[in-house]
Amino acid sequence: MEHYNMNLTLKVWKQKNSQSKGSFETYKVNDISSEMSFLEMFDVLNEQLVHDGKEPIAFDHDCREGICGACSMYIDGQPHGPWQQNTTCQLHMRAFKDGDTIVVEPWRSSAFPVIKDLIVDRTAFDRIIQAGGYISVNTGNAQDANNLPIKKQDADDAFSAAACIGCGACVAACKNGSAMLFVSAKVSQLALLPQGQPERETRVLNMVTQMDKEGFGNCTNTYACEAECPKGISVANIARMNKEYLKAGLNTKE
Amino acid sequence: MGLTGFFLITFLIVHCLINSMIFFNDGGQTFNHWAHFMGTNLIIRIMEIGLFVFLLLHIIQGLMLWQQNKAARPIAYAVSHPERNSAWYSRSMGLLGTLILLFLVLHLYHFWVPSRFGGMASIQPLEPVSLSDYANQEAHNLYREMQIVFQNVWVVIIYVFGVFSLCWHLMHGFQSAFQTFGINHKKYTPIIKTIGMAYSIVICVLFALMPISIYMGWVN
Amino acid sequence: MALDSKIPQGEMDKKWEDYKAHVKLVNPANKRKLEVIVIGTGLAGASAAASLGEMGYKVKTFCFQDSPRRAHSIAAQGGINAAKNYQNDGDSVFRLFYDTVKGGDYRSREANVHRLAEVSAAIIDQCVAQGVPFAREYGGLLSNRSFGGVQVQRTFYAAGQTGQQLLLGAYSALERQVALGNITQYSRHEMLDIVMIDGKARGIIARNLITGELERHFGHAVLLCSGGYGNVFYLSTNAMGSNVTAAWKAHKHGAYFGNPCFTQIHPTCIPVSGDHQSKLTLMSESLRNDGRIWVPKVKDDNRKAKDIPEAERDYYLERRYPAFGNLVPRDVASRAAKERCDAGYGVGTTKMAVYLDFASAIKRYGKIEAGKPGNEQADEAGIIALGKEVVKEKYGNLFEMYEKITGENPYETPMRIYPAVHYTMGGLWVDYELQTSVNGLYALGEANFSDHGANRLGASALMQGLADGYFVIPYTLGNYLADDIRTETIPTTHPAFEASEKAVSDRINKLMSIGGTQSVESFHKRLGKIMWGKCGMARNAQGLQEAIQEIQELRKEFWSDLKIPGEINELNPELDKAGRVADFLELGELMCIDALHRNESCGGHFREESQTEEGEAKRDDSNFSFVSAWEYKGDSNWELHKEALEFEIVKPTQRSYK
Repeated sequence: MEHYNMNLTLKVWKQKNSQSKGSFETYKVNDISSEMSFLEMFDVLNEQLVHDGKEPIAFDHDCREGICGACSMYIDGQPHGPWQQNTTCQLHMRAFKDGDTIVVEPWRSSAFPVIKDLIVDRTAFDRIIQAGGYISVNTGNAQDANNLPIKKQDADDAFSAAACIGCGACVAACKNGSAMLFVSAKVSQLALLPQGQPERETRVLNMVTQMDKEGFGNCTNTYACEAECPKGISVANIARMNKEYLKAGLNTKE
Repeated sequence: MGLTGFFLITFLIVHCLINSMIFFNDGGQTFNHWAHFMGTNLIIRIMEIGLFVFLLLHIIQGLMLWQQNKAARPIAYAVSHPERNSAWYSRSMGLLGTLILLFLVLHLYHFWVPSRFGGMASIQPLEPVSLSDYANQEAHNLYREMQIVFQNVWVVIIYVFGVFSLCWHLMHGFQSAFQTFGINHKKYTPIIKTIGMAYSIVICVLFALMPISIYMGWVN
Repeated sequence: MALDSKIPQGEMDKKWEDYKAHVKLVNPANKRKLEVIVIGTGLAGASAAASLGEMGYKVKTFCFQDSPRRAHSIAAQGGINAAKNYQNDGDSVFRLFYDTVKGGDYRSREANVHRLAEVSAAIIDQCVAQGVPFAREYGGLLSNRSFGGVQVQRTFYAAGQTGQQLLLGAYSALERQVALGNITQYSRHEMLDIVMIDGKARGIIARNLITGELERHFGHAVLLCSGGYGNVFYLSTNAMGSNVTAAWKAHKHGAYFGNPCFTQIHPTCIPVSGDHQSKLTLMSESLRNDGRIWVPKVKDDNRKAKDIPEAERDYYLERRYPAFGNLVPRDVASRAAKERCDAGYGVGTTKMAVYLDFASAIKRYGKIEAGKPGNEQADEAGIIALGKEVVKEKYGNLFEMYEKITGENPYETPMRIYPAVHYTMGGLWVDYELQTSVNGLYALGEANFSDHGANRLGASALMQGLADGYFVIPYTLGNYLADDIRTETIPTTHPAFEASEKAVSDRINKLMSIGGTQSVESFHKRLGKIMWGKCGMARNAQGLQEAIQEIQELRKEFWSDLKIPGEINELNPELDKAGRVADFLELGELMCIDALHRNESCGGHFREESQTEEGEAKRDDSNFSFVSAWEYKGDSNWELHKEALEFEIVKPTQRSYK
């Protein structure tokens, strides 16, 4: 792969803390190699800012290999930037060319308040899982794993749903700020597996209730979430959750 | 949204079928016959109330969604490219719905109000068409009303525009209703999507052809 | 203090059973009164917290990430070993035990490893019960794959995301306990000190990373599940935030550090592309099942890979190790790659890479496919296309990741790979109960030193983390807390908390007030260069002595010329990083001291002075069959304690892969 260097203009959201009002700042970075990752370009910028005695840009990141779900930038109008099925940390600078202006914003959602600059608070996702995203089995209670054969197709579908990294790009992409893809991925995974059956109904009801409580918007089936999901989680999971929710709602005894 | 949407989708089929009777080009005889049936049958009358209730619910739900969804993102993105991840009409259901509603006000004013509350331009004796027992009753000549209303080119343009809005609204709404009811299947969803597209286009082309045909004199 | 590993008496395969049968218990009413602090929420931390919460203890968890689910266990790709023998290929607890001791080059504690092998099967059962979607066969039963050169198929996996699935399982169990009120979860919190009262660990000082406030938390016991310290090398496959701080604070309060120099260098990582590089990405070991590793036969060959004819390629692993070929253990494969590149045969722009080539695997699979009914018509191109399909099914996600990072298509041109720091076998010294040399302070998972000796086998890290958390600590912690039921909750106004908080606060103020000119990042990079160059894949006495000197100087420079922007009382990632790098700057020195002291080669620790005539690692069992446990005595001052290793079952021999 031929590599090249580029000079870029960055317009980045700066916000001191959750209380303050933020605004865009413009930065110039020079001699950025096309082989850098997007976050390495931010490293270069931050080093430059520290050197100049200015405050660097705060952003969430950790594994930098597309699996922890920490990174969360809205880059040039798309969550995680222009590449498909990709996280911010795996976006590389060859996606851009010399002279480009790149606009970077935090996820925008009332359920994800900005903590600082590009960092948002995604603990709403933890609380949704707390509402029922588990199977109630204490350590030491398990039977032999192979006593429970599971149809390969179901296991594969459950895995595809479980591949969600909880980054929140679905919420960021959705024009309604809906978290349906995230919630449905967990509901689907556990509804597809025999282990998940005993709590199947209460799980979906409680998780959806918590989701609404957190202030996420409603799903209007635009499927932007699926298109922007770095792990390609399917909206078929949303349909499954809708079905589970309807069934559970009809069956509930209270 | 899905449930009320389904009902309205069904209604549109009936509405479109009956109105398409004008294309028999028999001076509106068949059309007026069925229009009379629709206007007098007790079950249909009850369903009409249902229709308005569902329409109202659909609108109220839509407004609630709009309001909640707006609250879910109080600060908008400075730069956003939703066109890279979704179809514009799927994101514009509120706008399309509002346009349809505006059109609907005009539409009801043209046909439903005079038919219900008088003021229809003409009344005709209903001629027996087949084994009908309506013979010798009188009925509103809705066909004639159409002829009158669609003389105005602006009305025709507004109708065509309204029907286009409806088309896009349905293109998303049809398959979306299935998704809402939890129907998403590797094998069947592509079929549902194709049917939804075909439905939206056929219904709306037929609807659009009505004012155009009358205005152009293709049907008289 | 003398080292007491507290290994139970008796036959190897009865020790754990006997221990469990006789261990002290805490009754449920007392558990409610006992508080446990868990630092880190990866596999070890989340599983421990969830299990202890279920048992009725009052648990607090701390992680620096925004959610427990982001702990770096999530990035483990390949799989998890368990002695299930589902494949009917002769696996057993004994074989897993044996392989692990041998793989660790006879530097691990037999009793711990045996226990690990014993509980391995229950881990799989537990995870499946939680809904972890492991790969399955068409019959609905679990699938296995082979890994890391062992002779049985015992690795359970979920595509290339096994760590993610296991962690999300443990995370969901953790969140369930949070919902039930048994666990309080503190995210974006970093532990900055252990509070000691009467010689026991009784709490921590944590910093809220959003507000910068210091918080005091009491616990009857403290569990460190804070992972490894590979980031001392700056470039590693660890997450950016992975750090040694929690373990290091414990070390300074008397917890011995075990085998700090034992580092695993993973042979197949995407090579460094330039100075901007912030981290390295692993390509799963499973790739070596099908990929062939080679370099050109002549030095400085600048032709493209596909232009180099077969006869001019040196498949050096197959040449040097005909018996194991490309599947030699990690340490051997890594050193061989380094040897070729150092000798000038490396490829790519930096010349610090070797090829991992799938062309022959594609051809081989293609031919098999072409032999199947319906594919008989396939011509040469057709065979290649069929072969690519097979390879894609096996390694698709890895190939995609490679292409995203490098922009090269590995189906067409061989991957370029180079070894990278991946895991640290060393860690806090713990006894059989996972207790460090400080009472009430435990270390679990990668944070302890216990089970992998000098080299960890593939797919064993996940096993160990979960074994410690789910199946070991619930028993061993009770044995300690049973004697502690009369200890009331100590109010955090206790002078020890005051003093500890003040020390933390002073240090933060000191860091902020240096007011120098250089960034944290630049110091970290320089430390990494020293460590990689002189305490990396090959070490020698002279280099290590130099490194110690250089690190001391760098540390001095750090404390006099560091520049941290921003304030203390706000979210300040530069300050967080500064605290971590300051600890790395001390740990790095200890690693070099340990490496210098251990004048033998074993596993991942290769001393150039101690090699066979063919350049293989040479162990020195008569002088170094012990665990180095270092006691902190002050700045640049450590005392070595030795825990002798006795091998009752697996008798040490020279490993050979020829």
